[in-house]
Amino acid sequence: MSLVVFLKQGCETCKLVAPILESFLKKNSAEILCQDGSSFSQGLEVREDLGLRRSWEASIEIVPTLISYGKDGKELDRIEGWNSEEWAEFLQIEIPEKMVKYKPGCGSDTLAPGMPEKLAAKYGDKVIKSRDISLAEHEDEIEACYSRGWSDGLPVVPPTKERVLRMLSGTTRHPQDIIGVIPPNLVECSVEKIAINAVLAGCLPQYLPVVIASVEAALQDEFCMHGLLATTYFSGPLIIVNGPIAREIGMNSQGNVLGQGNRANSTIGRALQLVIRNVGGGKPQEVDRSAFGTPGKVGFCFAEDEDGSYWEPLAQERGIAPGCSSVTLFAADGVQAIVDQKSRDPESLSRTFAAGLRSVGHPKLALASDAILVVSPEHERVFRLAGWTKADLKNRLGGLLIVSGEELVAGADGISEGLPLRFKSKQIPKFRDGGLLIVRAGGKAGMFSAIIAGWGASGKVGSAPVTRKIA
Amino acid sequence: MTNLLDPTSEQKSSKRLPLKRLNNLQKKTVGLLDISKPKGDFFLDRIANRLHEKGIGVRRFSKPTFTRVAPIELKNEIAASCDAVIEALAD
Repeated sequence: MSLVVFLKQGCETCKLVAPILESFLKKNSAEILCQDGSSFSQGLEVREDLGLRRSWEASIEIVPTLISYGKDGKELDRIEGWNSEEWAEFLQIEIPEKMVKYKPGCGSDTLAPGMPEKLAAKYGDKVIKSRDISLAEHEDEIEACYSRGWSDGLPVVPPTKERVLRMLSGTTRHPQDIIGVIPPNLVECSVEKIAINAVLAGCLPQYLPVVIASVEAALQDEFCMHGLLATTYFSGPLIIVNGPIAREIGMNSQGNVLGQGNRANSTIGRALQLVIRNVGGGKPQEVDRSAFGTPGKVGFCFAEDEDGSYWEPLAQERGIAPGCSSVTLFAADGVQAIVDQKSRDPESLSRTFAAGLRSVGHPKLALASDAILVVSPEHERVFRLAGWTKADLKNRLGGLLIVSGEELVAGADGISEGLPLRFKSKQIPKFRDGGLLIVRAGGKAGMFSAIIAGWGASGKVGSAPVTRKIA
Repeated sequence: MTNLLDPTSEQKSSKRLPLKRLNNLQKKTVGLLDISKPKGDFFLDRIANRLHEKGIGVRRFSKPTFTRVAPIELKNEIAASCDAVIEALAD
């Protein structure tokens, strides 16, 4: 059996135990390793744990730590801190009566902020498989990312190995797990590649499960990510987050919910788009043929305000159990405002919403785009006071959005755009079945709501919204 | 030296590639940039003559001093008005 002791000069508990160890070493042997130097204040002979390699390999969390190893080199037992009874038993020695019975140890230097990732990068197994890109001596890191084409136009966080390892600490998934095949180049994408792009985007490790679930959702066949990327239309993927994770990672679901200013909102959607760009190879004016794009294509993500709402959250409508976190992906254009500061009854407000929704894509087109109606707290209040559920509003909108084919056919109203003449005598719904989603979000003041229109190709001919539980 | 992890599918070289070369200079404009080193104009005058003979458009530019990188205005002007640029490094 052999014994190894881990100490730190700066630790009062380590100083306390030094005389005990000295006395022990007179008749026994042990390797004494010091994390912060090669000498010890009380004259105890120690060896410096150079670069903390031994401490990291032994997973030291506290100093002092005593570890006993068997002949085969396997750890038999360990004790941490100072507990006189434990030490007496562990070392088979007598402890002077006058000594304090108990004193907790200090934190190991291996656990200092940022250190676990540094040590894992230095000494860990090579779990990271992505190739290293060496920068020139004076090359600016952020400029290097631009010049290699990794950026969407905004600065990115340079993906060093330490940052990527820290990002990977946000998931229990193995870095080499394959999440799916990313369009347009149909390349297999590992958790590790997602983590690297999440670093670029500016995510925190705790966002990574949301990013992974978003990538998984985007790759479902019904979402049609390849077509969404390649279309000349405006759209890009929007992520709506539901469930406790939104609160845990500090997402914004209230004031300026669709705007800037919240790290999680701004970076999660961006990470998904950077995965498409960097792993899939989907770039504007290449396979991305969008004529205009939309500012949301940098990244579009927000949370539903479940706490403030009396309506059923979107995720539960879509089959996710309460208490679970999920993402819903939607092929989204920009945001269209709906102003109604006068309606105080649900019928009037429903009519306002319907009038706004008619214009999605074109007032004379139907069954083309899906849409999301984002209802503000002040507008929701009108429905709450009248006892209308979200389903009641959806049903009423369904009725209000059935339009006579006569108004929609090509040529009607002096506009060539429109449906084929065969629809003239029919009654046609604006949205396909399931094509209108309603969420509750936004700031407390303002009798406005928002329409987020969808890609002109919806459902089976294009993209359908996809909801996925966050693992 | 900093190392970064490649966020791409690694299907392309990790080295930065030069811009695509022109296949020919017909109907193109070539910028000739004198970096203001002695006799650079000698070299560029010859190049300009040869290009003129072939009917290729030429525009002449010069840096204020060879000791510093070109001012941004000059770079922008060259990028906006030329398809290719030849720089005289001669002494």
